[in-house]
Amino acid sequence: MTTPLTRPSKKDPQKRTLVPVLPPVARSRAALGLGVMAAQGRFGLQVCKDCQAIQYPPRDACLKCLSADLVWQDVASEGTIMAETTIRVSPEPYFRERMPWRMGAVQLAAGPTVNCHLHGEVGRGDTVRMALKLDKAGQGVLIALPLKGSDLMQDDLVLRAMSSDPKHRRVLISDARSPVALALTQALLKAGAAHVFLGEPEAWLAWPERAAFEGLVNVSILPLDVTDASSVTKLAAEIGGKVDILINTASYVRPGGIMGNDTNFATKSFEVNTIGLMRLAQGFAPGMTGRAQDDTNSAVAFVNILSVRALSPDANYGAFGASQAAAHSISQSLRAEFRTSGLRMMNVYIGPIEGDAWFQPLPPPKVTPNAIARTLVSALVDGLEEATCGDIARDVYARWRADALLLEREMTGGGS
Amino acid sequence: MSALISNVAEALASGAARIVDLTHTLDPDFPVIILPPEFGQCARFRMEEVSAYDHRGPAWKWHNLTLNEHTGTHFDAPSHWVSGKDVPNGDVDEIDPSVFVGPVVVIDCSAGAAKDDDFELTPAVIEAWEVEHGTIPADAWVLMRTDWSKRRGAEYLNMAEDGPHSPGPTPAAIELLLKRDIRGFGTETVGTDAGQGSHYVPPYPAHYLLHGAGKFGLQCLCNLDLLPATGALLIAPPLKIKGGTGSPLRVLAMVMS
Repeated sequence: MTTPLTRPSKKDPQKRTLVPVLPPVARSRAALGLGVMAAQGRFGLQVCKDCQAIQYPPRDACLKCLSADLVWQDVASEGTIMAETTIRVSPEPYFRERMPWRMGAVQLAAGPTVNCHLHGEVGRGDTVRMALKLDKAGQGVLIALPLKGSDLMQDDLVLRAMSSDPKHRRVLISDARSPVALALTQALLKAGAAHVFLGEPEAWLAWPERAAFEGLVNVSILPLDVTDASSVTKLAAEIGGKVDILINTASYVRPGGIMGNDTNFATKSFEVNTIGLMRLAQGFAPGMTGRAQDDTNSAVAFVNILSVRALSPDANYGAFGASQAAAHSISQSLRAEFRTSGLRMMNVYIGPIEGDAWFQPLPPPKVTPNAIARTLVSALVDGLEEATCGDIARDVYARWRADALLLEREMTGGGS
Repeated sequence: MSALISNVAEALASGAARIVDLTHTLDPDFPVIILPPEFGQCARFRMEEVSAYDHRGPAWKWHNLTLNEHTGTHFDAPSHWVSGKDVPNGDVDEIDPSVFVGPVVVIDCSAGAAKDDDFELTPAVIEAWEVEHGTIPADAWVLMRTDWSKRRGAEYLNMAEDGPHSPGPTPAAIELLLKRDIRGFGTETVGTDAGQGSHYVPPYPAHYLLHGAGKFGLQCLCNLDLLPATGALLIAPPLKIKGGTGSPLRVLAMVMS
């Protein structure tokens, strides 16, 4: 059984906030592939294209036939713990702070034997589910999880450090007017979030949906407009020190391509979707990176909801796509800037939202706000960096990963 | 004549006359007019720091601004409306600057607007005012006082599912003001027209008729309750924007203390 996490008490103002320290970062280029898999929540290893041998640890040539043609593939995640040990001394600052630390050797059903971290609910002889997770350094690491864990299994400290679990954490949703804000608020509270702050742009413009938030416990609506630098600065000054998860829901969509589209709409798209993200990051990320090891409710994740068109545009939404592609690029730069702190940058890619008037004439499938909320919260729990929601986003993302140029032709060249 | 101007200066210096500021602060949270979303929209006022005595400029602070010609307290030139597009000298940079300073009368509609969000300025209201204060003089600014400028937040646009509700003039009222040959018409609301002004014939009568006749508009004014019904001097010079259809501006009134 896992010891339940208790709700953190108020901070002792005389104690220095712990500075984030990271597990070892260095990896070979081949081993970075573990992080690619972990970021998407997949369990995969290199498989030799010539002899089908499954490889571990990652390498440049097949351990059986020396072929250089090794491809990352999803593999079966079952395994058995052959041995376990408890480490009590380590020269690594990250592990020194967390001693003792349990490790095990697991025989994978897929073939290789791996050394891995152990969840507190598993031990020698157990059949386990192996998972690739991102550690605080952003590197893919292996952990053995129970096949069917207890209800509290996410409270395990080793697993929690690999997750962005909203439990006991305070979340800022940047735009309460977003069609996903209410569903997201409810899902976060259900997942144990301590408080949900929501930004309200343009309070001078009434919006009837606001009524649904009123009376919700542990929910506050505060003024925030990502297009207004002074508003971001002001809110960050007020609550920047207690935002553990930031979810950017601010989005501005107008249909239209490039040649005939209104540059004012395009400007606004960039102001909200692109520069708005940058303003949010400038306002809140410095505080969050500084609090990435601040106890149970440390800052863990900065989440950007992106249209999957960020990866390959739909020419009918040309300017919107451009702003999303730029926002995607900002996300990637932020991810790099967050690396040294352990703060996670998560992109959630979505397709057209059901009920969003700007996507009204598009045919199904569309994605519902509830589905987005579910995906986003479970991606936080799983500690992902990349998540997709809805058939369109999943499909476009998979095709982009496989062949971005072919996807472009499909999208814009009259392909099916 | 120079004595006349010195007298004005002396009156201001001595406190016999004073300046009333009729301008709202340009603030990111000040409402702008909202059109159906598929149309282009009025930019909100935004300010981005260029430097603030720091590495971006060690000894100075300054900002880049983003705003529309029609953001905040602003001036409407004839070219703002389709009816005024061919009016000679209809852009802000072409208007004879002598019209930026001139007499102003204030029609107090505050009691009516307090009772009815859709209060209408009608010929009857104007004629009743004229019984008390005399005929509106030619080439004067006419301001409609509603105390609407005291509203805050969502109450200002007062948006409902059938659009905004705020007071304004009827087409017949504007026709009457044009008969008086006024210089321009100003309001405390977000536009010179009523919130429901699109439902008149012609739609938006203040914009359509005034600008078609080469007259000017002022909106988002405040402090009209500090002005006398007659006898004040209005100072309202828009920025000299090439081809500009309007301009945010500082609107001042000179009144006797």
